[in-house]
Amino acid sequence: MKKFLMALLFAPLTALASGAALHLDKWPGSVSDKAALQNGAKLFVNYCLNCHGASYMRYNKLMDLGLTEQEVKDNLMFTAEKIGEQMRVAARTDEQKQWFGAAPPDLSVISRARASEAGSGADWLYTYLRSFYRDDKRPTGWNNVVFENVGMPHILYGLQGQQVLNHETHKLELAVPGTMQPAEFDKAVSDLVGYLVWMAEPGQEFRKTLGVGVLIFLALLFVLAYALKKEYWKDVH
Amino acid sequence: MAANTNFEKYKSNGTLAGNVLEWVDARFPATSMWKGHLSEYYAPKNFNFWYFFGSLALLVLVIQIVTGIFLVMHYKPDAAVNANGVPVAFASVEYIMRDVPWGWLIRYMHSTGASAFFIVVYLHMFRGLLYGSYRKPRELIWLFGVGIFLCLMGEAFFGYLLPWGQMSFWGAQVIVNLFSALPVVGPDLSILIRGDFVVGDATLNRFFSFHVIAFPLVLLGLVAAHILALHEVGSNNPDGVEIKKLKGEDGHPLDGIPFHPYYTVKDIVGVVVFLMVFSLVVFFAPEGGGYFLEYNNFFPADPLKTPPHIAPVWYFTPYYSILRAMVWNFFGLPAKFWGVVGMGASVVIFAFLPWLDRSPVKSIRYRGPIYKTLLAIFVVVFFILGYLGTQPPSFWGEKISQVCTVFYFGFFLAMPWWSRMDKFKPEPDRVTM
Repeated sequence: MKKFLMALLFAPLTALASGAALHLDKWPGSVSDKAALQNGAKLFVNYCLNCHGASYMRYNKLMDLGLTEQEVKDNLMFTAEKIGEQMRVAARTDEQKQWFGAAPPDLSVISRARASEAGSGADWLYTYLRSFYRDDKRPTGWNNVVFENVGMPHILYGLQGQQVLNHETHKLELAVPGTMQPAEFDKAVSDLVGYLVWMAEPGQEFRKTLGVGVLIFLALLFVLAYALKKEYWKDVH
Repeated sequence: MAANTNFEKYKSNGTLAGNVLEWVDARFPATSMWKGHLSEYYAPKNFNFWYFFGSLALLVLVIQIVTGIFLVMHYKPDAAVNANGVPVAFASVEYIMRDVPWGWLIRYMHSTGASAFFIVVYLHMFRGLLYGSYRKPRELIWLFGVGIFLCLMGEAFFGYLLPWGQMSFWGAQVIVNLFSALPVVGPDLSILIRGDFVVGDATLNRFFSFHVIAFPLVLLGLVAAHILALHEVGSNNPDGVEIKKLKGEDGHPLDGIPFHPYYTVKDIVGVVVFLMVFSLVVFFAPEGGGYFLEYNNFFPADPLKTPPHIAPVWYFTPYYSILRAMVWNFFGLPAKFWGVVGMGASVVIFAFLPWLDRSPVKSIRYRGPIYKTLLAIFVVVFFILGYLGTQPPSFWGEKISQVCTVFYFGFFLAMPWWSRMDKFKPEPDRVTM
């Protein structure tokens, strides 16, 4: 009876939950891979930070990736003076709005915002950044399979090359190769996405580590609390 | 047994601490309150799993108040855009998450606490349904409880606007707009609530004020009244029998045990188990799969960009489904109006339970198959409505939610008849362990 009720309870859930329109590639990276995160930070600063800010993120947080203050200053800080500054862009948002039609969004928490039933925010970004194709109808000359008619041009096209959309198979094909091999490019995007995931919550690894400690403490407390309860309740019949 | 009077004043044993207590007790009912509410408040000895959620609701209330106090120190209810093009309110939440020491923990505890509050309160209410805790003489406890539930919904609704994300903004927009469906006063009422023609800075500031001052004050008052009323008549129990009917030679109920120490030590176990589940979410899944922190709410509020699908947070979705299920115009009033009426009624109808239920026994243990079946279906219906409320509108979703809405109200409105028809078992004189 109980099993039947449970089945009844969840049947409509499974029936309606399927039907994701968008297929996303699984992000193959990990936020605990420091070398990948450092590479991602380099790509982020060189390619993304020209237009997109990350205004909740301070440069000195990058030291958590295993870099010294001097390394951050020399390699990753181009538009800021002090290590405690936020990752800002030089252009003002109202100017950007005039140039692009919409101000490029702040990327600090973009990997959390882009999560959906179709996949994690990392999956979305990993697929999106590899899905640009040539489209002469767009003012930038670029379109994207994941984000149709996106205002952003393909910033990484020098690395990836130029893709075109085959309208018969609905698949992307590499028409002009870039400086990277496809596998090499996938790895670079994966690193960049890893950095974005890390930046969305730089303390996430610490949070999980602390959580394990808290749960161990609570487990010990449970043993004591349960023993105390047993002792008091001995005489209740 | 009145809860907080008629206990003898404390007599000092000559020690300093004793003298201080005697001095205080002559001027304040310290001993009386301690005995009346804890050490000599006799509670039935057969409380089971379902009786943990009252004390847990109190725990979550404390968590929310304490974490809230610290959040207010750094949160800024300001819809203006800062130099980086981000609304100040949204940026201040991320500031708490990154730059305030332990701010992330405080914030996750508060956001998880909101959902935990509803889970605990829903289970607490379900306990009432299982064992007839709302029946005479506990009607007033139940009414205070419904008041707490309404207050909690208001508190959650106002609080959800504060992070000023896309879902905060558009959720508030949708819900406040509902009031405009009321005849005559509607349009002006919705402007009065917003303080503006659209959800904006005025709305954010007044919701902040309601969230941190007005509603918590009312909530605390109602919680005090809820507990006072409970201690006046005494707790119900899984057998639904009154333990005060049978008293021992000492004048205490035969099946009662002092709340302290018996239930304080038992509730500590419940607290620890709850904190383990709570920590699993806070430390390992603070977004709760997009249900506790909605993904879209990581985009700052943008009045020019309507999200394709606006879903309230999970604890409101059953009522939201009922709202959406009303698609017909009646008596010259638009469907939207009836949706609002249906949504309001679906919450308020709980208040009438003490007078709708006519069964001769309280507890489900002595009720028959009709109650067991209907209650089980009610739970399933509540879950289905809740699920549909998270989904975009669809043809079948609408039909299913309409059927569920009919059952939802039928369960309550037909209760005076079906609750009497059941096959009952005789109630025992004493509680069973």
